[in-house]
Amino acid sequence: MVIDLLGHPFMQRALIAAFVTGLAAPVIGTYLVQRRLALLGDGLGHVAVTGVAIGLLTGFAPTWTAVVVAVLGAVAIEVIRERGSTSGDLALALLFYGGLAGGVMITGLAGQSAARLNQYLFGSITSISLSDIWFTIGLAALILLVGVGLLPQLFSVAQDQDFARVAGLDVRAYNLLVAVLAAVTVTIAMRTVGLLLVSALMIVPVAASQQLARSFRATVVGAVLVGAGAAVGGLLLSAYVSVRHDVSVAPGPTIVLLALACFVATWPLGAWLRHRARLREPFPEGAVAPLEATDHDNHDHGPACGHLAVPHDDHVDYVHDGHRHARHGEHYDEH
Amino acid sequence: MSTSRPGGSDPVVELRDGAVAIAGRPVLRHLDLTVHAGEFVTLLGPNGSGKSTLVRALVGLRPLTQGSLRLFGTSFESFRDWHRLGFVPQRSSAASGVPASVTEVVASGRLTRRRILRPAGRADRAAVASALELVGLADRAGDSVATLSGGQQQRVLIARALAGEPDLFFLDEPTAGVDLPNQQALAEALGALSRAGSTVVLVTHELGPLEPLVDRTIVLRDGRVVYDGAPLHLDDAHGHHHPSPRRADHHPGVVAPLDRPGEEVAW
Repeated sequence: MVIDLLGHPFMQRALIAAFVTGLAAPVIGTYLVQRRLALLGDGLGHVAVTGVAIGLLTGFAPTWTAVVVAVLGAVAIEVIRERGSTSGDLALALLFYGGLAGGVMITGLAGQSAARLNQYLFGSITSISLSDIWFTIGLAALILLVGVGLLPQLFSVAQDQDFARVAGLDVRAYNLLVAVLAAVTVTIAMRTVGLLLVSALMIVPVAASQQLARSFRATVVGAVLVGAGAAVGGLLLSAYVSVRHDVSVAPGPTIVLLALACFVATWPLGAWLRHRARLREPFPEGAVAPLEATDHDNHDHGPACGHLAVPHDDHVDYVHDGHRHARHGEHYDEH
Repeated sequence: MSTSRPGGSDPVVELRDGAVAIAGRPVLRHLDLTVHAGEFVTLLGPNGSGKSTLVRALVGLRPLTQGSLRLFGTSFESFRDWHRLGFVPQRSSAASGVPASVTEVVASGRLTRRRILRPAGRADRAAVASALELVGLADRAGDSVATLSGGQQQRVLIARALAGEPDLFFLDEPTAGVDLPNQQALAEALGALSRAGSTVVLVTHELGPLEPLVDRTIVLRDGRVVYDGAPLHLDDAHGHHHPSPRRADHHPGVVAPLDRPGEEVAW
């Protein structure tokens, strides 16, 4: 039945839109998480509501007015943050409320129903037009190109602003670039998951990916895989459930919940790996006094004793009851 | 006033009558400082004396409200040779919101020499590898920095500055909160740099294993230079910059209620 569905042009368009959005959004999301601005996308999503409403009021394509207003909002947030007069999260909160309230009010002024606005708030991927597809692909390509091409610069700026400035990088320009790209991402993801869930597609794949990644590049690659997978998988899942059970399951929330499921699946694994890495970490040399073997023993450690064995240089340490040590003559060396 | 090494007499840092104010409050006043090529200079002084602010002013992170700064003979406004500067900011951690491998953090120090939108070349990778080698973290190259101890993270930040192969280093409290073995590893790395002819300006509270490297000590107090000359034993420096037990004006007078009145608190 889903196979039948795949034959429909609207479904093919939706799949392309979901795939490229899922590919692009986590790239920018990684930089936002690195700068601890995970909620920036949400703030921009709310601002974009006003942009959509202005489009409905003036008759311009809401996608374009949303891009313009979201970019202006992104610049405003950066300026406020840089001036430092208002804290970043307060600036975000002001934009949240102003954007949403303005959007709902202007939609009313435009004489449009709430249902029209709902398309943008919760996404309407299956009603996406061919020109929208080209628009989405173009912007996603731009985001991927800049986000991957400038990775060393953007990484350094987000990692340590002071260092980046002394390295001669224009920190303000790069910060603005990330904010503007986040605004663009918000507007392309608007049709897929909706403005209220936009940020989830940028942030949740990163949260899932960083549980297992040890490097920034691996985090980006993992997040892109989770993002694209969740977007396509969520769309197919919602279509399947809708057809099979004759209910209407919106694709946007399904995509977000699927991404969250990835996080729920990777988190315990990541926590276990981190725990294991800590156990294997060597103590500083000579930090712990050796323990007399006579104080310790009810058995000799060995491959069969069941305690965690950690290879350490030329010997094997055993971890148990707050010790991590190896037998050395008549005593145990703590490592 | 400066004790330059033989053959290294070009001034690499020249600050004339420099002043810095933070939020309108003067932190550095009428400061003259010349550092010559190849010198190893330490900046000492109590908290709030302006050591960190001075280093931040010298790398351009704090604008001068007065005076002029020249680096390598070029006025700071037209200075573009960022690859000649190595900066180790005062940070407790090299980690951020997303995991980053040791190599990635160190490689960001190479950006001063890389062109935009070009992949890292063989020279870039070799510089990163030798920087990691010098701080003794080559075996941790692929690990996430967040899993390293504080002292190791500090060494990562130093390797990041080394990767750009600069000849002038500014280090802001690299030994703060670092255990002795890590301080020793750090001292070895800085010693190797200094022997290779690099100029080092180091802000610190405690010299520890770095002490034998120092050519020249500058002691700041309330934003002014109060001593500039041959290395002091830290005890001497302490006596020097605490001539009286009165508190510096930057310290809020926070006293616990149980402190007996009239008893002077040692800061």
